[in-house]
Amino acid sequence: MPETYPRQGALDHLRLDARAVDDPGDAGVVMCARRFVGKVNLRGRPTKRFREAAGGALGFAPPVKPNTAAGAGGVSALWLGPDEWLIVTPPGREGEVIEGLRARLGGQHAAVTDVSEGRAVIGLAGPRAREVLMKGCPLDLHPRAFKAGDCAQSTLARALVIVHQTSDAPAYDVYVERSFADYLWRWLEDAATEYGLAVIRG
Amino acid sequence: MLEITCPWCGPRDETEFDYGGEAHIDRPKDPDKLTDEAWAEYLFMRKNPKGPHLERWMHACGCRRWFNVRRDTFTHEITAVYRMGEKPPGDGA
Ligand SMILES: [Zn+2]
Repeated sequence: MPETYPRQGALDHLRLDARAVDDPGDAGVVMCARRFVGKVNLRGRPTKRFREAAGGALGFAPPVKPNTAAGAGGVSALWLGPDEWLIVTPPGREGEVIEGLRARLGGQHAAVTDVSEGRAVIGLAGPRAREVLMKGCPLDLHPRAFKAGDCAQSTLARALVIVHQTSDAPAYDVYVERSFADYLWRWLEDAATEYGLAVIRG
Repeated sequence: MLEITCPWCGPRDETEFDYGGEAHIDRPKDPDKLTDEAWAEYLFMRKNPKGPHLERWMHACGCRRWFNVRRDTFTHEITAVYRMGEKPPGDGA
């Protein structure tokens, strides 16, 4: 899908690139702003027909197990509800994913909606990243309860978020509504400072 | 703080949920045919028990699904959680 308007990342005004380091060293927490991540809301009852059609378009079937994500080829599907997923794509690939899903799901009771601009994505990693989230999130983030490949909708510092654990290192992607991105980034920075914070490029 | 088990997402803190009042109240099929008393009965009158209560909750900060809970209004103990359209387990409230 061609760019038809100039886009601005939700955290561009913080000039994070100017603070970014190449090597986080022994920082306890590493944060970045992931700009222009493609996001597609997918709705439909997960019948065999629906899952086959969506799976054909994505290369993998959307997960039916609550609070889990699935993915292949750089595209992920985050479970949001029994008939709802957030499809996450690398920047610029949301258009082809939308076209593929719509083509395969044609005629079914399903909805495919580009919501890329709705949320900002903050990358949070490092050995103390879990502690930072635990300061403001009611989820049980202990490794026995929440691990790589898990995702959940909840609140972080009272902002609505989707937390997706991408690695057992641990590393997380935090999806936050765009107008809360500045607030949440600043809250996370404040929470992470005591562990040593490094900012890297997204 | 209650811990409520969303039938989809599992146990979560009460702060993630919205309360929806008494469960299993059917909207009258033809409100125009009701007397004012019958309409008021549907609209306003609730059981308000001290003890087990069947009520609706919505996982507002999570999957955003409505579901039913059986909660003791005196002890706050939750003894059942079941999905919309399902009957309360056992003998109800
Ligand atoms: Zn839920």
